Amino acid sequence: MSLLDVKNLKVEFETADGIVSAVNNVNFSIDEGKILAIVGESGSGKSQTVFGMTGLLDHNGRATGSVTFEGEEILNLSNQKLNQIRAEKISMIFQDPMTSLNPYVRVSEQMTEVLIHHKNLSKSDALKQSISMLDAVRIPDANNRIRMYPHEFSGGMRQRVMIAMSLLCRPKLLIADEPTTALDVTVQAQIMKLLADLQKDFGMSIILITHDLGVVAGSSDDMLVMYGGEIMEIGKTESIFSSPTHPYTQGLMSAVPRLDDSEERLITIPGNPPNMMKAPEGCPFSPRCNFAIDTCSSKSAVLSKVNDNDHLRACHVAKELIS
Amino acid sequence: MIVANKGKIKTMAENLSESGAGRSLWKDARIRFMQNKAATISLFILLSIVLFSFIGPYFAVWSYEQIDWNAMGSAARVGMPSIESGHFFGTDDLGRDLYSRVIQGTQISLMVGVLGATVAVIVGTLYGATSGYLGGKTDQIMMRIVDILMSIPYMFVLILLLVVFGRSIGMLFIGIGLLSWLDMSRIVRGQTLNLKNKEFIEAARVTGVSDFKIITRHIVPNLLGIVAVYATLLVPGIILAESFISFLGLGVQEPSTSWGALIKEGAGTISYDTEWQLLFPLAFFVVSLFCFYFIGDGLRDALDPKER
Amino acid sequence: MSNQTILEVKNLKVSFDVASEGDMPWTKAKKLQAVNNISFSLNAGETLGVVGESGCGKSTLARAIVKMVPAESGEVVWLGQDLLELSNSETRPYRKQIQMIFQDPLASLNPRMNIGEIIAEPLRTHYPKTPESDVQARVSDVMDKVGLHDNLMNRYPHEFSGGQCQRIGIARALILKPKLVICDEPVSALDVSIQAQVVNLLMDLQEEMDLALIFIAHDLSVVKHISTKIMVLYLGNMVELANSDDIYKSPSHPYTQALISAVPIPDPSVEKNKDLILIEGDLPSPINPPSGCVFRTRCQKAQEVCANEMPEFKSKGQDHNVACHFHD
Repeated sequence: MSLLDVKNLKVEFETADGIVSAVNNVNFSIDEGKILAIVGESGSGKSQTVFGMTGLLDHNGRATGSVTFEGEEILNLSNQKLNQIRAEKISMIFQDPMTSLNPYVRVSEQMTEVLIHHKNLSKSDALKQSISMLDAVRIPDANNRIRMYPHEFSGGMRQRVMIAMSLLCRPKLLIADEPTTALDVTVQAQIMKLLADLQKDFGMSIILITHDLGVVAGSSDDMLVMYGGEIMEIGKTESIFSSPTHPYTQGLMSAVPRLDDSEERLITIPGNPPNMMKAPEGCPFSPRCNFAIDTCSSKSAVLSKVNDNDHLRACHVAKELIS
Repeated sequence: MIVANKGKIKTMAENLSESGAGRSLWKDARIRFMQNKAATISLFILLSIVLFSFIGPYFAVWSYEQIDWNAMGSAARVGMPSIESGHFFGTDDLGRDLYSRVIQGTQISLMVGVLGATVAVIVGTLYGATSGYLGGKTDQIMMRIVDILMSIPYMFVLILLLVVFGRSIGMLFIGIGLLSWLDMSRIVRGQTLNLKNKEFIEAARVTGVSDFKIITRHIVPNLLGIVAVYATLLVPGIILAESFISFLGLGVQEPSTSWGALIKEGAGTISYDTEWQLLFPLAFFVVSLFCFYFIGDGLRDALDPKER
Repeated sequence: MSNQTILEVKNLKVSFDVASEGDMPWTKAKKLQAVNNISFSLNAGETLGVVGESGCGKSTLARAIVKMVPAESGEVVWLGQDLLELSNSETRPYRKQIQMIFQDPLASLNPRMNIGEIIAEPLRTHYPKTPESDVQARVSDVMDKVGLHDNLMNRYPHEFSGGQCQRIGIARALILKPKLVICDEPVSALDVSIQAQVVNLLMDLQEEMDLALIFIAHDLSVVKHISTKIMVLYLGNMVELANSDDIYKSPSHPYTQALISAVPIPDPSVEKNKDLILIEGDLPSPINPPSGCVFRTRCQKAQEVCANEMPEFKSKGQDHNVACHFHD
């Protein structure tokens, strides 16, 4: 049984200009101990997918469908029940550690609060565990540093603190929403290595949301590619990188410059990212797709198998015609 | 392999162009303003009042200084508002037609308010924008001057000026004008400091645009939003100041009048059964002020960048 | 493409006075050395990529070259004339030849002007007597060059996407046909698929107009793609300067090596098996930089000499310069 099963997830927002569909018909699952990367650009719905799953949508947002965690339905649970699941079972870290940490409260308090509230530990026990977690994320001199304020840490250090906080209750699933986007590349390498090591030690599953294909290639077992709120392609990372079968995936991979390659010219995807306020009918990628046929602009494509069971693509055009 | 499709780009560009001419931020704001019922109604009422002050005199039977000997001294009995006598709003104690006097008062009060606010806006904006943009010692000195002027007890100085140099509309302008631009300059300076660090200002400096052009072309237009809001709040403030002065008896010279002066007279005779002498000018005064405040509120909401 | 040297920066230094927390109003301000002794030259039509991470001083360097921030010492020699010697009004005519594009595409455009006016501004500023019809024609021309339909002239910046706003910024920078455009992180705020469009556009325009570019970014993959040569900065100092291919194939400075190894390659078989060089620790404070070589606190090769002597930036052959006592 998979750890997390998402079926027909749909996220909509009520706005003054009408209903905006941010996520449409998303299906995926993740097993224990695996790392799943969700890749997409602006408007792809990658962040709203996980917000919808964990009850973190804005007040005008609505999520429908089914999300089962360890066999139990968690979508649209009451806040009270969700609070139990958060931190203990499913934990989350965000892109900007500065706004995720309270700038007025010392790190020690922010960390011990989690343990005291969720595990009923005493203050001193909570502090001991927090310090050892800071050690685990390789913060030097954790004993003293824990009493500092968030702004006294550098960006990379703050992200480590966030990771430490999120692992305090040993969650089964860690959701990382663009955790390294705001960091320098050498710091990014440190953090990604840290996550990989922690994953081996603690055995949790990770959903990694990013727009950086390099990070996906280095850190994930499986990946799914989103565009305009829908899944375009999903499968094992190696399989998708070696043979991307969806026009968008191919376009994305050709558009990214590679350090070890010296092509003369980057091959671009024409047009602009989708405007979710005026979503087109049918496949969201069709306006920019070079292989689009008539059906593409009227009907969304359903995920269908490519070769083996795990690699799926959502496209009306046969994969042999796309290269 | 996917090749960049020039044809597709062209179609998309054409689609974008089909939706019409540019939609400036002002247009967006105007649309939002019109959706605000209170503000739109207030605007309509205010414009009606202004229109009234222009057209009203054509319907007047009596001028504003003509004395109706019939009503003089016995306003309570014969000075009541009536259509037959031509005194639509009644008369005051001296038998002067209140309708014409209220129109006169409206003209004067609105003029003092609007002109005063205009001067304050122009002086305050240029002063504040320049100070904020230039920064450094210049900014410090300019703002300290503002601080010093602000600490002058406003009313005392105004009263002193009026007593020493005599009452006139000109004196009123000078007195009120001297001090009402100060707040505006502070607000504008704050906004300018904010704008100064934006990348489009940097872009203009790298291009070589002169400081003067940067202030007038880049900074001031982006200030107009906040300036418009505070200007509409400044008008009632000036009208109130003028009314207070007139209430003290130091305002415009007779036989000219303003709302403040009329209210003073009306308040004085209130126990003599001549309520209309107070109610008419008071109504115009209160309604106009309310309208300015609602319009100011509406402008602030319409121009709020968060709405974008 | 001529090989004429158009820009020579010599020993440029920029510092700022900063107050730390807890300082009294009379405490002497501390000095933050943002740019420390940078020298390089640029030929016509070339692209110099400047890479480095936070605090390396690359943005400050760009602004010092266009005199947006005052330089402490050094020379910025443009076609034989040291710009730092000139007064503000004397510098003005040179601004026709050196232009800049910025990181945040929307913020670099005045929200109250339509894009026709925005693009025309440099032309109207330096050639105010140009007849209106000529101005329109030039604007139309440059909009076409950057791939914008000229009937969009009356639109306002907020009506465009990030990528289009960046094209508008590029059009504005090019209308006076400059010889050098400094690009300060021009694609960092854009989506990947749009980044590629803008990078291609810049390269096409460079060839068409014989433009030199200084391309500042933190994404090494993008920089390598567009640059002829690359300069690596660390805490305000130059650590390595070489041709793009050389920097990748034979990085000589330990920092460059770590930087290159850290860049994730979008290929699982390469990425999962590579030898990652991790530098531990944090960036030192620029107010209190390490003595000698600024990188020594995080360098695996550091020895005593690194703390005592600042390594000289010198050539190791074939246009490849490094500042390290123990470079490869």
